[in-house]
Formats: sequence, C-alpha cells, structure tokens
Amino acid sequence: MYTQGLDQKGQTANNRGTTESQEQLAAFQRRIDAEEKIEAKDWMPEGYRRTLVRQISQHAHSEIIGMQPEGNWLTRAPTLKRKAILLAKVQDEAGHGLYLYSAGETLGTSRDQMVGDLLSGKAKYSSIFNYPTLTWADIGAIGWLVDGAAIMNQIPLCRCSYGPYARAMVRVCKEESFHQRQGFDIMLALSRGTAAQQAMAQDALNRWWWPSIMMFGPNDSNSRHSAQSMAWKIKRFSNDELRQKFIDVTVPQAEFLGLKVPDDDLEFDKLTGHYRFGEIDWQELSDVIAGNGPCNRQRMARRRQAHDDGAWVRKAAQAYADKQAAKKAA
Amino acid sequence: MKSDDLLLAYVTRLGDNALVLAQRKIETVTLGPELEEELANANFALDYLGQARLFYTLAGELENAGRDEDDFAFLRSDHEFRNLLLLEQPNGHFGDMIARDFLFESFYVLQLEALERCRHAGVAAIAARAVKEVRYHLRHVGRWLVRLGDGTAQSHERAQRSIDDLWRFTGELFAADEIDRAFAKGFDGPDLEALRVQWQQAVAAVLAEATLKQPEDGWMASGGKQGRHSEHFGYLLAEMQHLHRSHPGATW
Ligand SMILES: [Fe+2]
Ligand SMILES: [Fe+2]
Repeated sequence: MYTQGLDQKGQTANNRGTTESQEQLAAFQRRIDAEEKIEAKDWMPEGYRRTLVRQISQHAHSEIIGMQPEGNWLTRAPTLKRKAILLAKVQDEAGHGLYLYSAGETLGTSRDQMVGDLLSGKAKYSSIFNYPTLTWADIGAIGWLVDGAAIMNQIPLCRCSYGPYARAMVRVCKEESFHQRQGFDIMLALSRGTAAQQAMAQDALNRWWWPSIMMFGPNDSNSRHSAQSMAWKIKRFSNDELRQKFIDVTVPQAEFLGLKVPDDDLEFDKLTGHYRFGEIDWQELSDVIAGNGPCNRQRMARRRQAHDDGAWVRKAAQAYADKQAAKKAA
Repeated sequence: MKSDDLLLAYVTRLGDNALVLAQRKIETVTLGPELEEELANANFALDYLGQARLFYTLAGELENAGRDEDDFAFLRSDHEFRNLLLLEQPNGHFGDMIARDFLFESFYVLQLEALERCRHAGVAAIAARAVKEVRYHLRHVGRWLVRLGDGTAQSHERAQRSIDDLWRFTGELFAADEIDRAFAKGFDGPDLEALRVQWQQAVAAVLAEATLKQPEDGWMASGGKQGRHSEHFGYLLAEMQHLHRSHPGATW
C-alpha cells in the first residue's frame, strides 16, 4: 500500500528514448499473462521499470514517514505492554522501509537517490501520514484503519508480477496483519473502558475514517495509471474495488466496537451485499497531496533534520571504513 | 532498611535503569542517522523495556502488595526512582548517545554477568537473559565509538567531548551504598570495586582503539541511586506518566 499518489501523477511510458520493439513488448506481455515472475535481470519495458520504482519508493517512503505519527505516542504510551507493542510496530515499519528500498534498488535506482527524491519533495508518500495523532486512541485507529487499508492494498501485491516486490510484500503483509489486530485491540480496550476512553475512541474514528478510505486513491474513472498497471499485473484490483472491500469489512468491526462511522449515507445494500457510502471530499485529498495537510511540513522537516543531523555520523563511518581499507591494502 | 526492603530496592533499581534508558532511546525514534541505526535503536530500546518489565514484575512479587509493572513505572514519583544519573541525561547528539551507552553498557554487562551467578534465582534468571542482549548492544556501540573516534577530525572531536562530558557520571556506577552491599552480602551479588577494575580495562582498550583520551577521574556526580535526580528527570517522568495518571484506574 501507500501507493495512492501513483495514480495521481504519472509520466508517459518510455520517455528515455530507448527502442522497445513490438516483439519485445509482446513477449514481455506474454510472460506477464502466463503469471511468470519478472526478475531484476530480465528484460522489461522502461515504463514498467519506472512505474515500479515510483511505486516501490513511494511505498518505502510511506513506511518511513509513517513512523512519525505513531512515534509521537511512544514516550507517552499508557502501559509498558502497549509501549513495547507500539515500539515493535514502529520498528517493523522501519524494517518494511528497508526491504522496500532494497526491492527498489534491484531496479537500478540507489537508496540514496530514492531518499534524495523524498527529501527534495520530488517523491511522494501516503497522504494519510500528514494527519496528526492527537490522542492515544489515534494509535488504535491507525493500526485498525490505516494498517487495515494497507493490507487490503498489499495482499494483492504479494502476487505482483515483479518478483522482488512480491516477495518483499509477503514478509510485510504478515507483520501488517499483526499491526491491524493490535490496533483493533487498542480500540476494543478503549471502547470497553471509561466514558473518557470511549469518547477518545469515537473522536479518533471521526478523524481517521475519511482519510483512511481516501488511501485507496481516486475513483477508477479518474485514475490515470490503473489500466496499464493492471495489464502489467502490478495492480490486481481497482481503487474502487479495494475501497469497497475495506468498507465492507470495517463497518461491522466499528459496530462491534460500539462506535459510529462518521458517514450519514452509510447503508447496507441487501441486493449487492455491499455498503453504500457517502461522497468522499476529493478536494481534501488533493490538498493534502499538494502539501497542504495538517502535518506535511512538520513530517518533512523532521525527516530532513534527521538526515542533516546524521551527516557527520555517516561521514565518520565512511572515513573510518576508508582508513581500514587503506590499512588492509598496505 | 530491613533486608526485604533492601532486596526490593535493589531489584527496583535495576528496573529503573532499564526503563529510564529505554525512555531516552524511545525519544530518538525517527531521528537516526540512517535506517539501519533506526532499527538498532528501536531494537535496543525494546530490550531495555523488556528488562524493565521483568525487574518490576519481580519487584511486585517480592513486595507482595499487589503492585504490577505499570504501578512501578507510572505511579511512583521522581524521588522513588533510583536510576543512575548517567541514564537520565538528555540524549544530545548521536556521539553523546553512543558515549552514554558505551560507558553504561561496559558496566552493565559486568554487572549482569555477576548477577547471573548470584544466589537470587529470580534476579539470576533475568540477568541471564539480559546479558545476551546487552553484550550485543555493547559490541555495536563500541564499534560506533571507534568509527567516530577514528573517523573524521570533526567526529573525533565530538566523540572526545561526549566522553569528557559524561565521564563525571561514571563514578556513580561503582559507588556502593547500603542497597548494593546488602545484595552483595546476602546473595553473592556483584562487588562494585572489583567491577571498577574490569570496567577500566575494558573501557581503556576501546578508547585506545578509538584514538580517544581517557579523561581524568575528577569530581563525580552522584545521587540518582538514592533518588536525587538532575533537573532533566522530572520532564522525562512527566511525559512518560502523564496519560496513565490522567485516567486513574483505567484499563488500556
Ligand atoms: Fe508497514
Ligand atoms: Fe504497519
């Protein structure tokens, strides 16, 4: 997951000017259609490579930036057990970032370059992480809803046509489902707790519901890259299909928690077996993606600060390694 | 203090060291100089958090008054915490944190090795588990200290200053009080004077490899082990305890 921006901004395939013959493209598509995995050394169209680098790096950046809203409650977690679980989760996200950068590197783009694009603002990350975590219940809501939405998106990615990405996703998905259960467990404890805790849980759902369902990206009719990504089997389901699936699964969970989903138009349709839901505020999504969410500047400032503050340390490590190598050579 | 109280204080103090260091490490999450260090820091903080929980749970059992790990962590006030002053100091920069961890863990590994062999089964069991974790941390931070010390001129200068600044908190590691003496005597616990000799040798070896100078033993700060803290400590506790204390009796 965390790849929504992919569908927003795209480039046309193959603007590097390399020649890709019809035969090559057709042979590649036959491999895809036969459900063969494409590996790093295999021939692939430039557009396929570029799409993957963009998607994988965006996904990696999202894992890294996503550590911030949750990290915000680490020092204040209400029990030692919750603190340990949250810390393990935040650590998992750093690990996801690491596998994903490695998967991205197999396509010939270095981690430094991907990170550079994040720091310069060229690369995007999931807009969900530009919302603030104001109470402890937000930690529950993120696990339950945000990791929950991420799983919906990521399970199909385990079958993505690009082997290294698919394999990274298998590892990631196992951990994400644990995160989702832990988040739900926080919400459960709060919703069975004191009146203040219940109010905290409802307030968190009120603030996180709409941003969570926006995580699936624009409606299919406005999604520029879906068709090509589907043909290449990078993507297996459309934005709207995944969003519907998420809502169908999550609404009964909210009911179980005794919480009200903040959508007056939400209604179960017996004919289709799906929930109908209200209109999404697409203006809000495009504002946040454009940099005007509540925390965009804060998130990027912290990431840049960490990068800048670490420069002398990275330089020292490099200098030391160079000295050791010189000694060995001598 | 009675001997039961001395034992309780000893075990609680081990928990306090672990929790305060975990909390300081947690403050730096998302600020690591690279992703691999981000993972290491979180990993080490988790180890300390785990140790704190084990020590507090044991303390609760020894006390037998119905207190659990969270009562120890969230419902005691500053003077009831008896952690080392070294561990509550603000994190500073990466070099300061490496220096802090190196000075403390060079001691803590020795302390845990002695505790692993002590005659208190509960403490020995926790120490046996913790020592494996802390040995690994110490190798990691020792290597970083060498890289910083023998890296660039700037990193050398910073690492030297970090060691110099924190040196005055190392006296407290070995300043045995009634609580330490009772545990040493009653349960064959560590002899802090003997640990000091081993610690000096271990620290000197790494400092030499890092091309850093070992500071002179001058004036040494103390008080943390007796519950007299630095100004910084109140803020650490306020932040950590605020939510828990705001909802008395709530279940999370
Ligand atoms: Fe993740
Ligand atoms: Fe996650």
